[in-house]
Amino acid sequence: MTRTLITNARLVDPASGRDDAGAIAIDGERIAIVARGHDRRLSDFDAARTIDAHGAVVAPGLVDLAARLGEPGSEHAGLLESELAAAVAGGVTSLVCPPDTDPVLDEPGLVTMLKFRARNLHRARLYPLGALTQGLKGEALTEMAELREAGCVGFSHADVAIRDTLVLHRALQYAATFGYTVWLRPNDAWLGNGVAAKGPLATRLGLSGVPVLAETIALATIFELMRDTGARVHLCRLSSAAGVELVRAAKAEGLPLTCDASIHQLHLIDVDIGYFDAAMRLVPPLRQQRDRDAIRAALADGTIDALVSDHTPVMEDAKHLPFAEAEPGATGLELLLGAALKWGEATKLGLSKTLAAITSRPAAVLARSRGAAESNKRGLDEGAVADLCVFAADESWSVDGTTLASQSRHTPFARYEMPGRVRCTIVAGQLAYEAAG
Amino acid sequence: MFGRRNPQLNANDELIHLLSIEGLPVATLQHILDTAGTFLSVNERDVKKVPLLRGKSVFNLFFENSTRTRTTFEIAAKRLSADVINLDIARSSTAKGESLLDTIANLSAMHADMFVVRHSESGAPYLIAQHCAPHVHVVNAGDGRHSHPTQGLLDMYTIRHYKHDFTQLTVAIVGDIVHSRVARSDIHALTTLGVPEIRAVGPKTLVPGDLKEMGVRVCHDMAEGVRDADVIVMLRLQNERMSGAMLPSAGEYFKTFGLDGAKLALAKPDAIVMHPGPINRGVEIDSAVVDGNQSVILPQVTFGIAVRMAVMSIIAGNSP
Repeated sequence: MTRTLITNARLVDPASGRDDAGAIAIDGERIAIVARGHDRRLSDFDAARTIDAHGAVVAPGLVDLAARLGEPGSEHAGLLESELAAAVAGGVTSLVCPPDTDPVLDEPGLVTMLKFRARNLHRARLYPLGALTQGLKGEALTEMAELREAGCVGFSHADVAIRDTLVLHRALQYAATFGYTVWLRPNDAWLGNGVAAKGPLATRLGLSGVPVLAETIALATIFELMRDTGARVHLCRLSSAAGVELVRAAKAEGLPLTCDASIHQLHLIDVDIGYFDAAMRLVPPLRQQRDRDAIRAALADGTIDALVSDHTPVMEDAKHLPFAEAEPGATGLELLLGAALKWGEATKLGLSKTLAAITSRPAAVLARSRGAAESNKRGLDEGAVADLCVFAADESWSVDGTTLASQSRHTPFARYEMPGRVRCTIVAGQLAYEAAG
Repeated sequence: MFGRRNPQLNANDELIHLLSIEGLPVATLQHILDTAGTFLSVNERDVKKVPLLRGKSVFNLFFENSTRTRTTFEIAAKRLSADVINLDIARSSTAKGESLLDTIANLSAMHADMFVVRHSESGAPYLIAQHCAPHVHVVNAGDGRHSHPTQGLLDMYTIRHYKHDFTQLTVAIVGDIVHSRVARSDIHALTTLGVPEIRAVGPKTLVPGDLKEMGVRVCHDMAEGVRDADVIVMLRLQNERMSGAMLPSAGEYFKTFGLDGAKLALAKPDAIVMHPGPINRGVEIDSAVVDGNQSVILPQVTFGIAVRMAVMSIIAGNSP
């Protein structure tokens, strides 16, 4: 049983909005004492290890609702070991991975094995999503109850659009029977096949474009099916201003809906493709400035619940191809914190509200999807599980893909100056990452 | 940073590759057209050679087949006294699984001085220019839907030859603009050279509204599109547009957007008719118009050699 004391900390708890100087004591897996100011209990706490935070922020660990890990099937691009190490290097203590692995996560055995291997690495917690249909083919349903027992927190179709609306309808009906959350990226199967967002840039460069319609039509379909089935849905990686408006209206109507957007949609636009820069080949494709502005505003006002890294390991050569042929995706686990802080600074949101988008709010989405009883002890509460991220808010670093822990080095944020440097990451009371020096 | 800076210009804004007409200074375009004019006389001599590229190796890398364009580049390079190596890549190394950049690295090791590249993907020549040895020049001979700069330049040469002044012209580009690299190159060149009215004419499935942002007027009515035009550029219609639900039939297309004598009569009496070839007679253009006295389609081919000679000699003379 480890007993750790973190002193000289700035305790930021997004769930309560509190931001105080103090210390935190960890006993075993849980937070024992949260000392804001002088607390006589600390003198009785017999710590095996004391970490002097030197004024750094101690916050709940980051929760990333979209991170691919390379396994199984893409080990050349990323390994569970390297990518979970990247997670804790980025302050991420819990992550949700989509089922579009090879083989697809449509069998309980695969899920059990993945969870077992991840647990043995003692890094970030891994929460897999099960496939909604067998092989993600959009035809036959998976054994959802079995997959849930194996540890799937919800069911998803990853980036594969379901062509057959009847299958989607039945999948939502079946999931709703058991109260499972269905995670869907709104993208019409027919209109959604392009390599850039439709618009002046795609037209000028001669790249096939995905119209906004691909997102809005899919959203309209999903909302109608939700009204009919009562299914709970988490929408993944929204990309357009029109999509944001539809989500806002659906939430106002009371549909059981949450949604996320990625760090790419938060900071980049189609113009960043420049002269066919394959690092900008992303799914969903980068849209226009008004779309980015709408996503930034919606993340601030809570219409978008969570910010995700959309971490996708891509092997070195897979981007050295003409833009359309290059593999989509980018490394992101180590950039999630910086991307959030950068957005928070630009929108003058304050640290606590900024961190909520990558901690308490995605944690709530995950808890609901897991069907976990809503615990009243979370975040920095005494008695809560000690998943923590310690970072220097006033230090910045220049992004260089070759220095990241992730095996994948491609990022559209190369050479960006990112605020916030992770000092250490604690998962279940154990030190899972500590920065060198 | 390759992604941001125009990669076809060196630090002195001199042309080192020709990848696209977009972003090229007007003086550069004029210089290419003027130089092409001097080569036109070479092509009419008994001995059609100048020694500007003697000892240089020009590799024609055609990842997508095109006998005609490849031949014109080959003739142009040979008239500049270069050694020309034709590689039909569609049937060789990449078919065996070699990556694009490995192919380029191997050819660079054979001391190539210039790559003339055609590829089915937009942007492929940019990737090659980014990864080839610094002394190697890249000429884009057509990439996906993006760009076909030498075709754009030879079209400008043709227009200048017949119309002299760009700043008074109305130019109509008719047909499958969304899939056309020629149309994009023409539009960039025409806007750079100061043409006040450029029309993109065709059905909504082939002429996207976004084109407005490139500085053109979008017309979905043929009569409105060609009325009082000085120049009409007809584009080739590919058969796959019918299977992709973009058009119902070649017959209906010819009726609505094909150029026949009656529609041509709406343009200015001295309007010229251009086409990048190969022509589908009776699909986008009537035979009588192709062979009529307003057609400049064959002179375009002749000018194309001189323009390609100009481009190759200019970029070979500029260092990175």
